Order: sequence, then structure tokens, then C-alpha cells
Amino acid sequence: MTSLLQVSHLTAGYGDFKAVFDVDVQIESGETIAIVGANGAGKSTLLRAIMGQVRIHAGSVFFRDKDLAAEPTSHRSHMGLAMVPEGRRLFPSLTVRENLQIGATAKRQGPWNIGKVVELFPLIDRLMNRSAAKLSGGEQQAIAIGRALMGNPELLLFDEVSLGLAPVVVKQLYAALPEITREGTTAVVVEQDIHQALAVSDRVYCLLEGRISLTGRSSEIGKSSITKAYFGEI
Amino acid sequence: MNWLNALVQGVLLGGLYAIFATGLSLAFGVMRFVNLAHGDFAILAGYLTLSTASALGLSHPLATLLVVPLMAGIGFAGQRLLFNRTIGPDPLAGILCSFGLGVVIQNLLLEKYSATDRFLDAGSIETDSFKLNDSIAIGYFPLLTFVSAVVLLGALQLFLSRTKMGRAFRATADDPKTAQLVGIDDKKIYGIAMAIAFGTVGIAGFFLGARETFAPSSGPSQLLFGFEAVVIGGLGSLWGTLIGGVVLGVAQTFGNQLSVGWNLLAGHIVFLLVLAFRPNGLLGTGVRT
Amino acid sequence: MTEVTLKRSSPASRIGSAAVTGMFVLVALYPFYGNDRTQVTLVEVLGYFSLAMMWNLLAGFAGLVSVGQQGFVGIAAYSLFALAELNPVDPFLSIPLAALITAAFSVPIALVVFRLRGGYFAIGTWVVAEVFRLLTLEIEALGAGNVQSLTAKNAFDGYGVELRKDLVFWMAWVLAVGSVVITVAVLRSRLGLALQAVRDNADGARGLGVNLSRVRLTIWVTAAAWVGATGALFHLNSATVTNRDAFSVASWTALVVFIVIIGGVGSAHGPFIGVGVYWIITEQLGKQSTLRFVVLGAVAALMAVIAPKGIAGMLRRWRQFEIFPIERRLVLKEEKE
Repeated sequence: MTSLLQVSHLTAGYGDFKAVFDVDVQIESGETIAIVGANGAGKSTLLRAIMGQVRIHAGSVFFRDKDLAAEPTSHRSHMGLAMVPEGRRLFPSLTVRENLQIGATAKRQGPWNIGKVVELFPLIDRLMNRSAAKLSGGEQQAIAIGRALMGNPELLLFDEVSLGLAPVVVKQLYAALPEITREGTTAVVVEQDIHQALAVSDRVYCLLEGRISLTGRSSEIGKSSITKAYFGEI
Repeated sequence: MNWLNALVQGVLLGGLYAIFATGLSLAFGVMRFVNLAHGDFAILAGYLTLSTASALGLSHPLATLLVVPLMAGIGFAGQRLLFNRTIGPDPLAGILCSFGLGVVIQNLLLEKYSATDRFLDAGSIETDSFKLNDSIAIGYFPLLTFVSAVVLLGALQLFLSRTKMGRAFRATADDPKTAQLVGIDDKKIYGIAMAIAFGTVGIAGFFLGARETFAPSSGPSQLLFGFEAVVIGGLGSLWGTLIGGVVLGVAQTFGNQLSVGWNLLAGHIVFLLVLAFRPNGLLGTGVRT
Repeated sequence: MTEVTLKRSSPASRIGSAAVTGMFVLVALYPFYGNDRTQVTLVEVLGYFSLAMMWNLLAGFAGLVSVGQQGFVGIAAYSLFALAELNPVDPFLSIPLAALITAAFSVPIALVVFRLRGGYFAIGTWVVAEVFRLLTLEIEALGAGNVQSLTAKNAFDGYGVELRKDLVFWMAWVLAVGSVVITVAVLRSRLGLALQAVRDNADGARGLGVNLSRVRLTIWVTAAAWVGATGALFHLNSATVTNRDAFSVASWTALVVFIVIIGGVGSAHGPFIGVGVYWIITEQLGKQSTLRFVVLGAVAALMAVIAPKGIAGMLRRWRQFEIFPIERRLVLKEEKE
């Protein structure tokens, strides 16, 4: 059986610049994967390469048996591959409700709709008619996750959810993750916060200067090995 | 000196400018694309109406009903084939491409139709009017133009705020990359936006051609008026284009009252004053680039 | 510690500069060995070359995409008329004076249009040009729109026909050479480095302390002066000033823009190529034809989209080079030359 996502020997970056080198990642349906690394290690670039937003210099990305290199970015959500982008990136000209509605542009079957998203993040309920431009970071993040869920994705990539948010808010957001995966979505979480990442994931990949420095089961990774893989040899 | 009449005529004239400005504003709002050939395409639409009418034996208004969707098709094709490649952080390509296109259109029209002034015939409605009072007469045609502008802008506003596609327009205008992430085909959106913009250009061409004579070189002045209406009203505001058109129209008619032939200059000067002292326009939301 | 030096020239630029200099020397001597008809054509070619270099500086390097150049030409043309015909100012001295007047006007113009960016800036410059055109129609002293002539009695008093012809030619030569000198000087200077930085990344450049407005204004005023001088020269040559032609978008902006796009906008040697193409097309299709505009316009419109760096860009993809010493290459001491 083919993996849900297979990244092979991927070298990618913005334009001529390369940010990830020869990266192999394999994700099976039902797992929760964490990708960790320091600032600039290439984590977001990897996610963006999977979503078709940066240039692939070498290697491939397969979603089930489909080669993503040939697909424009806008097809991915129709295929079942979604991302919660770094910085949330809600649409400021749209209300919160409209941001959620537009998440369902890819009309895919599944349990997620506005009602269920509000169940997951009750704080959204009173914000529905607000302009998306005037929200706190935590509110935006919840809505951004909700927007991505509206497309009922099979694979959902989370790009730096904790960035710029208070720890207690981050905890609340991650508390929602089990519910998301229980409903059948496979999650890939990109995080700078190692503890958070290991706590929510089954397996972890660590990136250092664009290359995979470590991979393994989250429960089995030792503190010293992940620290070395994260920061590199001093 | 009949200032009140000038005011009324100026407001109605503003309707025409608002129709021109709408297409310009839409293309810029969704795609950050400034079509320097906007006016030339309107004149092209006028000539297409002339040719279609004589080829099919139709009246000009009926021919326009055919030309408008034709223009929309041209806009859609133009966007998909040519203009989509100009989208990006550097506006240079779009400006230069549309500028070149405008010159090409003007000269091709000159080749085919010669420089003789032409006009569109909308029937007796063009000259009929009713009297508001002793000094003010309101022409049915200018009134129709103004009402059309309001209807057009209203329809566009409804489209943007109430429909799924309109929502996709707004999202794409905000953030094309994230719009792609949620599954919006931005290339298709741009095509449709341009189709709508060109449709308004077709309508504008009709109202212009019926109101005054036109020639292959008439395009650029319409471009300038449309642009001035957008800036006076304020970028980013759809109703702003109506206000801007009206202010421009009134400035022109007032200028004419001061001295015949000063209408254009008065309009331009009001525009420059607004630009100097209220660069965001009268209703602008501050999006200047 | 490795030593780092800044190399400004390369073998290509040395050859290129020598070739261009040689070419200009040959052209300067043309009145002595050439025929009259071609000399007249050369005046036009040199003039358009000068206009093209300036527009390239504005649009390709300073990011100021103006389609209102005709405004500067018109202002200069009427200034020339006022100076040389209405007043006893030497016609050839009037040209730099007209340039100064144009430069003076360009400052308040900048204050207004610089509030706009991109396509709206472009249209703004067009509006301003229109305003000046309409204003000149109102001024009685300038003929209020009627055709004005530079007569042998007033303007050209003291100049025989032959002398006039040759002086006009050499003036065109000076303007053309000057435009190259200005462009190379700007690009070699700190101002040029600032422009490159701004072109690559405006926000980053601002963060580094580059005074964007001052950089842009300097280029704008310089270009206005030079375009004014060139426009004045053209009108001195034709000895006629008409409102429509002096402020014509087609003559003073469209052709210039097409020349630069086809040659390669943002490349110092692009205008050479562009003017060459213009010359050939004009010889083939004639000056009055609409076909000239259709061909040049269509090619330019397509190139803007498909080959935005023009012919120069296509050449550069084949082999990286500059024909002028405007590069800045850091060379480590170990590097062999």
C-alpha cells in the first residue's frame, strides 16, 4: 500500500535559492508527524514545497500515487491536502464566517462543517460576523485551522502554529489536535517547540540546515539526541 | 450662468465616468493590473458596435447587447493568454504591455476605419429631455447613463459581497497565495474579473459613442477620466468610483461655465488638487499601490 | 585574511566602451563625409537614442515608469519658442535654457505624481502632460494653440542653412553622448548602487538608509532636463511648434517606450539595440505609416510579457556581459583574472 505522502530526495527553495537538501519523508495515514528544527532550518520551506509554493530543484513529492510536481497549488486542497499557513493568513476583506466558508471551496465529503468547527473552537462562535482583520493571534489561529478543516482534508499540514502566541493559547490549540486526527485527518505539525512537538506526535523528523538530522518514534527519542540533531554539533 | 444646471449635468456626466472607472477599478483591485489600454478598448467596442450593427442590420443598442459579451470574451482570453503572465510584484510588465496594446489598437482602428469622427445612434432618446424647472432640463440619455452606472456598481457590489465567486474575488485580491491554498484557481478568477471589466468597457463604449463622436484616438482621454474618477473617489472603494466620477463631471461642467473649453482643464486640476491634498481620495481605504 | 577588491570593468566592458567611443567619434565626423539625407535621419536617430536612454534610466533603473514624457517635450518646445523667437536669445543657447526650465517644472510635478505608484503613477504623468498641453492652449503669447514657427528672421538670425544643419547635428550628437555619460556615471556612482538596491528590494533598501525620494527626484529632474533639451532640439530642427505635436504621446513617449522595451529595459546598452531596430523599421515602413506603430507596439507588448529584459536580456542569457564599466564585482585575491 502506498504511503499517504512520500517525499523523496527533495531539494527545494525559493527561486534559485535552496533551503532543503535531499530530504526524505514518509507519512502513513493516521499518523501524527512532527517536523522540528531551529529557525531557518527549512521546515516551512519543506511544507511549502509539498504545497507547491516553492520551486522543486530535485526529488519528488507523491500524495498517494499522484506526483504533485505537475499540479498547481490550487488543486491540492481538492485532492485532500491542506495547510494552515505560517502567520495564519486569514483574508482581511472577509468576515470570520466567510473565511470558514471559503475553506470549503474544495467540496469534499467529510465531517467538518461550520458547526463542527465551532464545536472544536467555541470561541469562534461570537466572532462569526467580525472582520477577520481585527482578531487576536490566538483567535486567528483557531479560525485558520478551522478554515483548513472545512475542506475535509486527508492530510493537514500545520506551519508553526505556536509562533507569536502565548503558551497557554498554544496548549489550547494543540488540545484540539486529537479530535482532528480522530475524525480521520492525518496531521503534520511543524514546530520550533520540541516538547510540544514530541508530546503530540507519533514520529518526528528533525531538520538541521535543510537536511534531515534525525528521525524516529517520538516516545523513543532521547533528549540529548534530539538536542544535538536540532542544534547541530557545537 | 446657470450653475445649478451645470451641477445637474455634471452629476449625470459623472455616471459615464463611473462606468469607465469601474472596469479599471475592478482590474486593479483583483489583479493589481492597470490597463493603460482601457479607453482604447472602449473605443474598440464602439467600432465593433458600428460594424456589427451594419453587418447584421441591427440598431446600435441591439448591437451593443452582442458586443458586450464579445468584449467580455476578449477580456477573458486576453487575461488567460497574455495578462496572466504579467501578474507579480513588478507592475512594469502589465503597464508596458497594455500601453503597447493600446497603441496597436488605436493604429489598427485608424487603418480600418480612418480618422473620421463616428457616433452611435441610440434613437430619439438621445436628444429627448424633460424639464425639471425653467432652467434645468434633464436629458433622458444622460439620466439613463447615470442610472446604468448606479445599477452596474450596485450589481458588482452585490456580486462581491453576496456570492461565492465574489467572495473568491475578494480573497484572491487579499492574498492570492493563500487563496490557492484553499483551492481557488486564481488564474480562473483573474480571467473572470477581466471578463467583467471588459464587459463594463463594452457598456461604457456604447454610452460614450452615443453621447459624443469618437475616433480611433479617443481612447486615452477616456482612460485619463476613468483613472481620475478612481483616484478622486479613492482606491479600494467601489462606490468611491461613482463619487469620483460625479466630482469629475461637476468639475468639468463648472469649468465650462467659467469659460467654454475649460472643462477638461478644470477636471484635471481638481484631480491634481485631490491628489495633492487628499491622496487617499474622498472615500479611499488607503490602498495606494 | 583574503583581500577583496572591487572590479568595475571587465574585458567585455573595455571592448564595449572602446567600440562605442569609436562609433561616436565616427558619427561626430559625419557632416564632413556623409550625405545630407542620412544626416537628417541621424539627427532623429540620435535624438530618439537620447530620449530612450533617459526613459531607460527612469523606468528601468529608478522604477519611475512615466508615460508623460511628452509633457517635458512640450514645455521645452514652447520655452524654446519663447526664448529664441519671441526674444533675441541665441537658438542654440535656448536649448540648455529650455532644459533648465523643464527641469524647474519637473520638481512641482514630482511632488504631485510621486504620491502614486506603478500603473497609477504612469497615468498620473500622462494627466500632467495633458494639463500642460491644455494650459499652453490658453496662453496668447505662445499663440494659443496656433502653429508657431521659428523664423530665419528672428530665431535663426545670423545662421545660414548649412551652419544650422550641422550645428543641429552636433547638438544631437552631444545630447546622445551626454545621455550615455549620464547613465554610466549614475550607474557607477553611489546613486546607482542605491538604485540597484531599490530595484532589487525597495523596503530593504529603505531600511539601509537609502533616501528613496531623493534618489528618485534626482533622476527625475535630470531626465526631465535632458528630455527637454532633446525635445527642444527636435523642434529647433523642424522650426515649428504645434500644440498637438509638441505634446504628442505617440511621438515622444510611445516610440521611446517601444525602443527601450525591445532593446531591453534596465540594461545600459539596451537602447542601442532598440534604436537600431527602430531605425530599420522606420526605413522599411516609412515615417507616416500606422504600420510602424502597430509593429513596434505589438512587438513591445509581447516582449514586455514574454521577454521582459528585451533583446539585451536574451543576449545576456547567452553570455553575461556589460559593455560599459558599470559592474561591481568583488574579487578575492586568489582569483585569476
